[in-house]
Amino acid sequence: MALDSKIPAGDLQQKWEDYKNHVKLVNPSNKRKLEIIVVGTGLAGSSAAATLAELGYKVKAFCYQDSPRRAHSIAAQGGINAAKNYKNDGDSVYRLFYDTIKGGDFRAREANVYRLAEVSVNIIDQCVAQGVPFAREYGGLLDNRSFGGAQVSRTFYARGQTGQQLLIGAYQALERQIGLGNVQMYSRHEMLDVVTIDGKARGIIARDLVTGKLERHFGHAVLLCTGGYGNVFFLSTNAMGCNVTAAWKAYKRGAYFGNPCYTQIHPTCIPVSGEYQSKLTLMSESLRNDGRVWVPKTQEDAKAIREGRKKPTDIAEDARDYYLERKYPSYGNLAPRDISSRAAKEACDDGRGVGESGLAVYLDFADAIKRLGKHVIEERYGNLFDMYSHITAEDPYSVPMRIYPAVHYTMGGLWVDYDLMTTVPGLYALGEANFSDHGANRLGASALMQGLADGYFVIPYTIGAYLSGEIFTKAIPTDHPAFVEAENHVQTTLNNLLSIQGTKSVDQYHKELGKIMWDYCGMARTAEGLTKARDMVRKLRAEFWQNVRVTGKADELNQDLEKAQRVADFMELGELMIVDALERNESCGGHFRVEFQEEGEAKRNDDTYAYVAAWEFKGIENNPVMHKEELKFEEVKLATRSYK
Amino acid sequence: MTMNIKLRIWRQANAQAEGKLVEYQLNDVSANMSFLEMMDVLNEQLISKGEAPVAFDHDCREGICGTCSMYINGRAHGPQKLSTTCQLYMRNFTDGETITIEPFRAKGFPVLKDLCVDRSAFDRIIAAGGYISASTGQAQDANAIPVEKAAADSAMDAAACIGCGACVAACKNASAMLFVSAKVSHLALLPQGHPERKKRALAMVAQMDAEGFGSCTNTYACEAECPKGISVANIARLNREFLNASLISEEMPK
Repeated sequence: MALDSKIPAGDLQQKWEDYKNHVKLVNPSNKRKLEIIVVGTGLAGSSAAATLAELGYKVKAFCYQDSPRRAHSIAAQGGINAAKNYKNDGDSVYRLFYDTIKGGDFRAREANVYRLAEVSVNIIDQCVAQGVPFAREYGGLLDNRSFGGAQVSRTFYARGQTGQQLLIGAYQALERQIGLGNVQMYSRHEMLDVVTIDGKARGIIARDLVTGKLERHFGHAVLLCTGGYGNVFFLSTNAMGCNVTAAWKAYKRGAYFGNPCYTQIHPTCIPVSGEYQSKLTLMSESLRNDGRVWVPKTQEDAKAIREGRKKPTDIAEDARDYYLERKYPSYGNLAPRDISSRAAKEACDDGRGVGESGLAVYLDFADAIKRLGKHVIEERYGNLFDMYSHITAEDPYSVPMRIYPAVHYTMGGLWVDYDLMTTVPGLYALGEANFSDHGANRLGASALMQGLADGYFVIPYTIGAYLSGEIFTKAIPTDHPAFVEAENHVQTTLNNLLSIQGTKSVDQYHKELGKIMWDYCGMARTAEGLTKARDMVRKLRAEFWQNVRVTGKADELNQDLEKAQRVADFMELGELMIVDALERNESCGGHFRVEFQEEGEAKRNDDTYAYVAAWEFKGIENNPVMHKEELKFEEVKLATRSYK
Repeated sequence: MTMNIKLRIWRQANAQAEGKLVEYQLNDVSANMSFLEMMDVLNEQLISKGEAPVAFDHDCREGICGTCSMYINGRAHGPQKLSTTCQLYMRNFTDGETITIEPFRAKGFPVLKDLCVDRSAFDRIIAAGGYISASTGQAQDANAIPVEKAAADSAMDAAACIGCGACVAACKNASAMLFVSAKVSHLALLPQGHPERKKRALAMVAQMDAEGFGSCTNTYACEAECPKGISVANIARLNREFLNASLISEEMPK
């Protein structure tokens, strides 16, 4: 099937306006008859479910957590970008658009990104109206700060808990609709398959995680707002339950998967401390507003620190290498994430890493505390500093933080057109679950923006284009053979997992998979390593299906089984990521191929690779087929991405 | 540094089954492990013996989602102040210690299995009125209404609640007043929240009562155990809001 991105004609600045003026509408009495399933209740899912219900559609929302408020958007710390230009510092919709395209290393779709920048201003208005307590100045107006990859202050924030506050805003809007009876909420439910009838998405199979019972749910349209797949690496900043299952089932039912290899490794996370480590904790990018990143200039000093003979405060100012400030003077410590992460890796590979393992660099606030006073730093980042000291038992006010890059976000995801529809009609993907707006690297404070843009301001319009053609479709009874087939398929998979009764636990397999992915498909990738890794993942997957041990039964609350089916999907996804990374013979954003670099910087190949790789499933033992969406840049001139 | 510990953990097969405390010995626990990582290690050992792992709720493991919920040595989220269970590290315990782990106990939070409880009552309380009715698209410019910084900061203090339910678990009456008051305060402190403040206070309190949570008798155990430091001053504010609404409002809760 040829890809049609359905980008509207006309000037970039006019596309969305024209689209809204002409997209088909669904009248209120018809909306009442149309049912929409929303899977996932993070920023994208909650905002979509609430808004669609406000419009009058019948909505069913699902989340695996015990409450929709717990989705992992809640953990986003730093902020949300918007082109409000409240600071009068030269910001504009165009600049936010340009920064996002450039930040994404020219691998995102212009029209989508422009729309994102346009609606960013509405998001802030909406959130404030809902009561999101953004930080304010003494005059009562909203405060802003800077984030990576931008030279203006356009990031709105609520202390170090911006994601929490935005999600609670969306959650409250969702609960309001639940209270009004417009949304039926299914917490502790996990979607385990998409049901398609005559080529269209018509519902899902979900497992009630308390009783273990499988349920069939019909919808005229299905929205997947299920987040990213960073947990394929086992260790990441994602919540423990984050998974690829919903997106993966959609892929296996015909939705193409876009750019699976684009992974964001966040530069400032608390380093790994031991084998038992279950997840990694992010320290917000906002800290780089005031913190300075450094390692010792010499390997000797670094070694002395690692062995406990010297403390960071023993290293004199001129013996420190503030390498981001040195290499990228115009952005300094606020260089984008992919670049900052690679620079940290280089410093550690050079033997200048600190911490017991040597896999850490310093993030130092001494200068800022001297300049602004401790109380200002405490007000800005207090909760982050507390979190750091809980975990490490060190006081970051007096000792610099130790940080190291960790998997944080996945730019890849289900391929969607301008309407956010996947290649399966009626099946949509919103937020991190889609591939669309961040290209090969996402800028800080842009994930919250995209999640809410998709949910509040994009899908409520674009879904009309599809549902206006569905007003004569009556609800399909769930005893339809397609529902029966899908449910049987899920049941068989769960039974298989439980019947293997092998010798290794799910977590053991997950850790092994994660290590392969991190070593060969992480911050630095080579064709040789990827080729080897593909083979390793295939072998591991085969072993998993022979030898995993899953305890308990299917018809009960069984967290071991939940994990097992998620890891089973990661085992398949891992291979697709590797295939995609192998195919892309260039370095761009979060995808760094060692063979393609110039003076240590990523070397893009625009002549050959300025496209989105959209993969079609062809059976798990067969090679997937790649479809290309050529990226046409009409507004922006492709340039070497320099932050120097 | 490692330690050997004895665990006494509440095991209960499902909501209907009887539960009991079961003892486990766990050796070579690193002081740098988080409490939940210690539970992971225990579960790996149970799985390797073919036994059912302990079910417990957890997700973000960075103290913000509010999912984790254990009652450790008689305290919600354990001995460390201002911390969730997932942010509690084993360095807070000593070699040879016996650690008792139970679910949050409250009539409003029925046990589902082992340490997992059903806290959906909190969602229903929010659905009853814990919001500002601002449908998408209705908003004016975000800077059109200046909000006094002190008010915005106080609203943020209250909005920091993670809805974990430690306040209920810590309270001898299983009262949900701290949770409800944090939401009422968050929205009442902001001008955007004023049009609905009477209706909100009445409706949320009515739902709280309907869910079977107890009364507040000012013991302040909730504030002491709250991982986010939500102040009991919010309860005083809720009482004022409720009283004011009851006296003045023409709308009575259904």
